Amino acid sequence: MTAVQIVFLAVAALTLAAAVMVVSLRRMMQSALALILALVGVAVIFALLGSGFFAVSQVVVYIGAIAILIIFAVMLTQNSMSPEHSQMNPGFLYAALGSALLFSSLVFILSMWVGFYAIPVNLDPSVDTITVLGLSLTDPQGFALPFEIVSVLLLAALIGGIYIARDHHRD
Amino acid sequence: MTFWTDPIGLLDAWLFAVLTGWGLPADVSRIILYILGGFVLATGAMVFTVFLIWLERKLIGRFQDRFGPNRVGPFGIFQTVADMLKIFTKEFITPDGADLIPYNLAPILSVAGVLFVWAVLPFAINMLGVNLNVGVLYVVAAGAIGELGMILAGWGSNNKFALIGAFRAIGQMISYEVPMILTLLVPVMFTGSMGLNDIVKAQNPWFVVVAPLAAFIFFISQVAENARAPFDLTEAESELVAGFNIEYSGLKFGMFYVAEFLHAFTISVLFAVIFLGGWLGPGAEKYPWLGLLYTMIKTTVVFFTILLMRAGLPRFRIDQVMDLNWKLFTPLAIGILIVTAVVDKSLALFTPTIRVLGLLAANLVMLLVTLRFLKIFAQKKRRPLVVPSASTELPDDISEVLL
Repeated sequence: MTAVQIVFLAVAALTLAAAVMVVSLRRMMQSALALILALVGVAVIFALLGSGFFAVSQVVVYIGAIAILIIFAVMLTQNSMSPEHSQMNPGFLYAALGSALLFSSLVFILSMWVGFYAIPVNLDPSVDTITVLGLSLTDPQGFALPFEIVSVLLLAALIGGIYIARDHHRD
Repeated sequence: MTFWTDPIGLLDAWLFAVLTGWGLPADVSRIILYILGGFVLATGAMVFTVFLIWLERKLIGRFQDRFGPNRVGPFGIFQTVADMLKIFTKEFITPDGADLIPYNLAPILSVAGVLFVWAVLPFAINMLGVNLNVGVLYVVAAGAIGELGMILAGWGSNNKFALIGAFRAIGQMISYEVPMILTLLVPVMFTGSMGLNDIVKAQNPWFVVVAPLAAFIFFISQVAENARAPFDLTEAESELVAGFNIEYSGLKFGMFYVAEFLHAFTISVLFAVIFLGGWLGPGAEKYPWLGLLYTMIKTTVVFFTILLMRAGLPRFRIDQVMDLNWKLFTPLAIGILIVTAVVDKSLALFTPTIRVLGLLAANLVMLLVTLRFLKIFAQKKRRPLVVPSASTELPDDISEVLL
């Protein structure tokens, strides 16, 4: 086992534990913090895979923006969960069974794929992955159309947000 | 490879040889060296803060016509050491009803958010943690972690003043990230890379010359991110007692303190690296120690300016802070980005001198247009609020009323 594998296993275990804590902790603020820990774990896994750009984007977008938004929402919705109530739905056993079945069938299907057992090869260090990514996002043969559609969607969300936030009583 | 041309590479190769000589596999030694490097960098930065706090207190003292620390050691230079020892011995007080995990995590995240940045700062051509190819984005991400620390401190303390401080932190810091990122795109656009060392190497001439407006907005946004005067709304003592860190004592408070002072220095290095040419200077490529000297000289100039602002300017109101950001900096930053991109690309075929002059002219035009708009805005604002109606009789001679 190489050192990178040990780091990977430690980080993966931490990420999964944090993900379980998100749904199991009693206080919502601590759940939000556990969510941040899980997201950091995913960022570290991106970094281990040699994709620094995705690792940093993960931190900027998910921790810098979304997690702070979630914390803000938690601050404004205090006491939405009382400590006495059970955290489980009555039918949680069926749900657990269903998800376990889905997970095992997904693993089974994936195990028939060639790439499942492949050992990851190191990327060619002479190729700058961000440049490749940037070019493919602006290349008409690549992902230019989906990229532009996403930007239109974001613009629509921005305009919608400004419209909702406006004070309608004034005019 | 000697001590004078590549000190860090030499040290690294020597330690690697020592570790592998002990029989450790190569990749394990690499990881141990990475951890060691991070540890040394972080500790060095924290110890350096001891000096910074003394320097800042001394300089602010001079700005305000007093002596500053002057009792412990020559020029009071050991004052911070004494303060540090005192703060180590202080009791940790945890307020009733505090949410313990956020409360204790907050000081750590605050310091970590600043120390993360040091991993990518190029002090000289080969004196840097790592030349990350997403360096600029990484700096922004590190800032987000510092903000998280402030918010958690405000929330976890179970104190309304701390919570108001945290709300202000959210409002102010996240808002000022917008113009900061937009203006950071200008140097990235000139360089074609997000690595900080690549940005330094591409600065011919310095980016502050070709993009002065972007540099100005970046500087102000960074000071606002640091949340110190005139932007210290998160800990405005006349309004919030002490803001988000009101419930902290002992070393936990000390960590917020260290984070703030180290952040001020870090943004100075960052500004020197991104806009003032970093380690560039005569002979810096051959002798990295000379590059370190150039970086430090440029950093000191920026740091001095930040201190002067802190000592000389009164605090803004929160609505003024938000107005400045959303009504002036953000639109202006978007404008700068578009105009700079168009001008730079259309002048790319000409000689460098023409390109620089064209960019300067574009900046001047943008500045004049902005000032014109600001003047119109100011005149609109200064319209008299109370218009005397026809029934109000004004006295013929104002001095009669006054008497």
